Amino acid sequence: MTDTVSQNNTMLSRTITYRDAINEALKEEMRRDPSVFLLGEDIGERGGSYKVTAGLLQEFGPKRVIDTPIAEASFTGIGMGAAISGMRPVVEVPFVDFTMLVMDQLVNQVAKYHFITGGTRKVPLVLRTQGGVGSGLACQHSQSLEAFFYHIPGLKIAVPSTPYDAKGLLKTAIRCDDPVIFLEHKLLYTAEGAVPEQEYLIGFGKGGIKRPGKDVTVIAWLNMIPRVLSAAEKCAREGIDIEVIDPRTLVPLDKALILDSVRKTRHVIIVQEAIRRGGVASDIASIIQEEAFDCLDAPVRIVAAANSPIPFNEALEHTIIPQEDDITEAVYQIIHKS
Amino acid sequence: MYSKEFLTHIYTQLYTIRTFEMQCIHLYRQGMIRGYFHPYTGEEAIAVGVCAGLGDNDYITSTHRGHGHCIARGADLNRMTAELLGKKTGYCKGLGGSMHIADFSSGNLGANGIVGGGIPIGIGAALGISLRGEQGVAVVFTSDGATNNGIFGESLNLAAIWNLPVLIVVENNHYAVSTPIEQSTRVPDIYKRGPAYGIDSFSVDGNDVLKVYEHAQDAIARCRSGRGPVLMEAKTFRFGGHHVNDPGHYMPKDRMAYYKSKDPVLVGRRYLMEKGGATEDEIQLLETSITRKMDDAILFAEESPELTHEELMNIVERY
Ligand SMILES: Cc1ncc(C[n+]2csc(CCOP(=O)(O)OP(=O)(O)O)c2C)c(N)n1
Repeated sequence: MTDTVSQNNTMLSRTITYRDAINEALKEEMRRDPSVFLLGEDIGERGGSYKVTAGLLQEFGPKRVIDTPIAEASFTGIGMGAAISGMRPVVEVPFVDFTMLVMDQLVNQVAKYHFITGGTRKVPLVLRTQGGVGSGLACQHSQSLEAFFYHIPGLKIAVPSTPYDAKGLLKTAIRCDDPVIFLEHKLLYTAEGAVPEQEYLIGFGKGGIKRPGKDVTVIAWLNMIPRVLSAAEKCAREGIDIEVIDPRTLVPLDKALILDSVRKTRHVIIVQEAIRRGGVASDIASIIQEEAFDCLDAPVRIVAAANSPIPFNEALEHTIIPQEDDITEAVYQIIHKS
Repeated sequence: MYSKEFLTHIYTQLYTIRTFEMQCIHLYRQGMIRGYFHPYTGEEAIAVGVCAGLGDNDYITSTHRGHGHCIARGADLNRMTAELLGKKTGYCKGLGGSMHIADFSSGNLGANGIVGGGIPIGIGAALGISLRGEQGVAVVFTSDGATNNGIFGESLNLAAIWNLPVLIVVENNHYAVSTPIEQSTRVPDIYKRGPAYGIDSFSVDGNDVLKVYEHAQDAIARCRSGRGPVLMEAKTFRFGGHHVNDPGHYMPKDRMAYYKSKDPVLVGRRYLMEKGGATEDEIQLLETSITRKMDDAILFAEESPELTHEELMNIVERY
């Protein structure tokens, strides 16, 4: 699948929030395909913890927007059962932290079924969840756990950073025959952006250039994107031209886009909100070293969270995860070292 | 027959929890407290009634609605308030906040941001007591919503087959966020699940502190005498939405009015007057002193320092 409308298309006509973009994607896909249904805690009348599913119960009724008790492992497994027998469930786990309760179903069942059946049966299940740091929710509601899913063959992972990406990727996810982890960020729900009126899809494995530049490639996703963009503006005032790459899906990963940018700028920084150890950034760095080592003028740098759970205290919360200054500092270092 | 002293203790705790919650809700609205704040208002009698039967060597595990349990176990208001303000003098040095307060000195093994997360942990504390051959008990505070998660069933079964000294207290406030209990179970009397595991179970009016105390006392005595786990369901109601930012419009007004007429703090106050013989003046004096203590706690918290980044790194360096 490919972009059917590009982000710079002149047909863009309005600005909506990330939350509303996701809501629209759900609504449109539910209207289009009666096998799409939603499963999750308080997603009906209340519209979910972040009001993403607001209004959907009213339009589609309780057979398509199903409120579940607190039973994450079971309702995910139940989603899978429905998926392999003809439905297209969108399961919502309100915080990525709670997907840890779901891991057996996800890792040993959902991710394995296609393989177990010799590649003959698909699992068209989307697991929507939300993660990341924000507003003092403390260590059990603030984690960035994409690496957990990334490590498991059989799961696709979407990580939208803008309303445009969120809508286009979610529509693709719902139509996808494979299980997709759709990872949102709690601080992005109120972010606004241009979204076309007309239908479009964003294909998986197709990253976006959030800002073109020639001096340093910065790769980031989710809420690190706005932070990297403002760091890039600051660097621009000092004459350093940053190219910001958002892979949009971590699995599949748009290696070509990343490598092309690396060949152009010869400097790479990867910024992730998750802690550094065992992270997705490390894997992307290893891919770059293996496939584009000759093009690099400096070692790949990773800017990531300290190896710590997220503190409740506001000042400490900030010191743990990458801030704009950490990003600009990394840029100066990589430029000066080369 | 209850002594005036005992009833005063009970009412002091009820009123302290209510005061703490109301003041902290105010601080939250002012932006001084961040994150999620789940008030325990309306449910105070459960923590107070149960904990009144516990001793120094007993343990509890708590929920995401855990301030009441903390206070009922005797936690210090200064350190609790400091924790909620994210300060170094708080119980968790400001790293845990509302949902993660633990106070080992009072046997409180911690609140929990994961619904149901504390159930096996409390049962594990009971296993420890049992392995060491002690007389202690563990109390697992949990909630109606949590009983729908698989961990509840698995944990109950283990507590039962190992005959552990644990009292499982299900605080049934009839809601899990906005989901009414009738929508999440066909058996809204949660105590009925216990017998399936061979666990003695019963239900009690969770707004009546003395009823809670009496039933909990019996259950705790049972646990101490080695006759295994007990499940107590305490029926109650939240006095508002799920957390401070939830207006709780889905809660029917008449039910709210009914439960407010059974306000556990007022019930405790009445007991202190009627059974304890306290005068209105005496009670007002008590209330004023609690309010003052809370004001002091806020001052203490406001003036306390925050943990530095270096101090944080010293804690996590081993990770
Ligand atoms: C495993 C898990 N799932 C979902 C949540 C989100 N959540 C927080 S509190 C809550 C409702 C809990 O209801 P209940 O257990 O009855 O406790 P109450 O809030 O009524 O005291 C939910 C769904 C969570 N924290 N943990």
